[in-house]
Amino acid sequence: MSIKIENLTHIYMPGTPFEKKALDNVNVEIKDGEFVALIGHTGSGKSTFVQHLNGLLKPSSGRIIINDTCITEGKVKLSEIRKKVGLVFQYPEYQLFEETIEKDISFGPHKLGLSEEEVFSRVRRAMDMVGLNYEKYKDKSPFELSGGQKRRVAIAGVVAMEPEVLILDEPTAGLDPKGRDEILQQIKNLHREYGMTIILVSHSMEDVAKLADRILVMHKGKAILDGEPADVFKESELLESVGLAVPQVTYLIKELRKKGFDLSEDIFTIDQAVEALQKILK
Amino acid sequence: MADNMISCENVVFRYESMEGQTEKVAVAGVDLEVKKGEFLVILGHNGSGKSTIAKHMNALLLPSEGKVYVDGMDTLQEDLIWEIRSKAGMVFQNPDNQLVATIVEEDVAFGPENLGVPSDEIRARVDECLKTVNMFEYRKHAPHLLSGGQKQRVAIAGILAMRPDCIILDEPTAMLDPSGRKEVIKTITELNKKAGITIILITHYMEEAVEADRIVVMDEGKVKMEGTPKEVFSKVAEMKDIGLDVPQVTEIAYELKKQGINISTDILTISEMVNALCQLK
Repeated sequence: MSIKIENLTHIYMPGTPFEKKALDNVNVEIKDGEFVALIGHTGSGKSTFVQHLNGLLKPSSGRIIINDTCITEGKVKLSEIRKKVGLVFQYPEYQLFEETIEKDISFGPHKLGLSEEEVFSRVRRAMDMVGLNYEKYKDKSPFELSGGQKRRVAIAGVVAMEPEVLILDEPTAGLDPKGRDEILQQIKNLHREYGMTIILVSHSMEDVAKLADRILVMHKGKAILDGEPADVFKESELLESVGLAVPQVTYLIKELRKKGFDLSEDIFTIDQAVEALQKILK
Repeated sequence: MADNMISCENVVFRYESMEGQTEKVAVAGVDLEVKKGEFLVILGHNGSGKSTIAKHMNALLLPSEGKVYVDGMDTLQEDLIWEIRSKAGMVFQNPDNQLVATIVEEDVAFGPENLGVPSDEIRARVDECLKTVNMFEYRKHAPHLLSGGQKQRVAIAGILAMRPDCIILDEPTAMLDPSGRKEVIKTITELNKKAGITIILITHYMEEAVEADRIVVMDEGKVKMEGTPKEVFSKVAEMKDIGLDVPQVTEIAYELKKQGINISTDILTISEMVNALCQLK
């Protein structure tokens, strides 16, 4: 499923003293099956941007075309769009509310009007996809779980809608390193094994470096950089000037290159660095 | 004892569930001393008890067993509670939950107002504290229009205005972008180095722990490891075992060592790594 964003502009509270242009003429095309990371400092327009992709916000001007349907004009049924584009908010565990995990995850599929059997099989599949054992967890209260597990239940609730595009807004904020790695691994699986198109909003350059095929950088409502991680992380000065950073590994490689080490600029993960350094040092 | 800002003596804390059936031991016998002027980082996975023990340090929680002393004052002594809380202030993860006023300087004044500080003294404190966190030029702004890093610095100024000797920060950077994180860590470090304020920082970002005087690692309600950043982070396998991490350069050094390269494993920063590698080359 492809998403095409054309000249997207969003102005909050137009015509008031608080008027703010949150998105300024954004043009992006996301292809079927891509893993795109969206980075930008707080207030850069990331969240406003992703909320347009399933019709939660309407553009002030511009168009969004999902597959061949323009969702921003005419009488498009937004419920159809929301079935295809799932959005996991920040701190999604705050939205858990049911007595048991199974009930919580099945809430969405029920609302789609699916049969009992279909709901049941989707809940099982969704729990499987996020790495929660169905038998072990189905009757537990979601509130008895650890932070990382709660978050997985919340993600399963969106996954059970079986969207083709999954958008996650800072899914690892506040998790410890292990919880963070588990969630990221599950997201990677959703992309690799189930072919979902993923849009990951993140403040962690290290996470983005590990996972994304493509990085989109936002600043003051505009998409200022768009490319493969290796190309985007080469722009460390530009990234810092807009309140971002590059992974620690990239800073290390940069320093080493200055000292005359023969290392490629394309290195931005620990594994890549270890491999390259080993070759030089042995 | 007189040198200690905080001492926890065999602290046990149990959360009791609503039904009164299950109880959860969140802190299971912690002995911990924090010296005056120290910069202490507490690490631990979610549910390890680190926030629970931190909340004991300004009497937000009281121990089920054991004692907690804040600058020599027993937190179980009810009449000391306000004095304890003005000695030890706390900053939380979500800045939006901590700001109460509609104008930055009013927010900072909220604490001292409640302590009954005279108004000209409040005025002076507010200006001074906003300058300390580099937010003075924003004093007339509305807090909700600030960035996350700016909001957290206002929250810190609000604590500073109560003239604490100690500030406890529970994941103050978890919701911030990289530049916001840098601003907050720089502010905290300066408070410690320049003003001599005791800092207790809880974080999941290992890079933020590198500057600490000492790190305490919590696991299952107990202190699992303790030492300087170099001592703690050189135990890469142990840290990973309990679900934690080490700074990226430390991990690279550790992996290179495993491959038979003669490199020290207590490297914590990029410049240390660059030096070590230059010597090997």
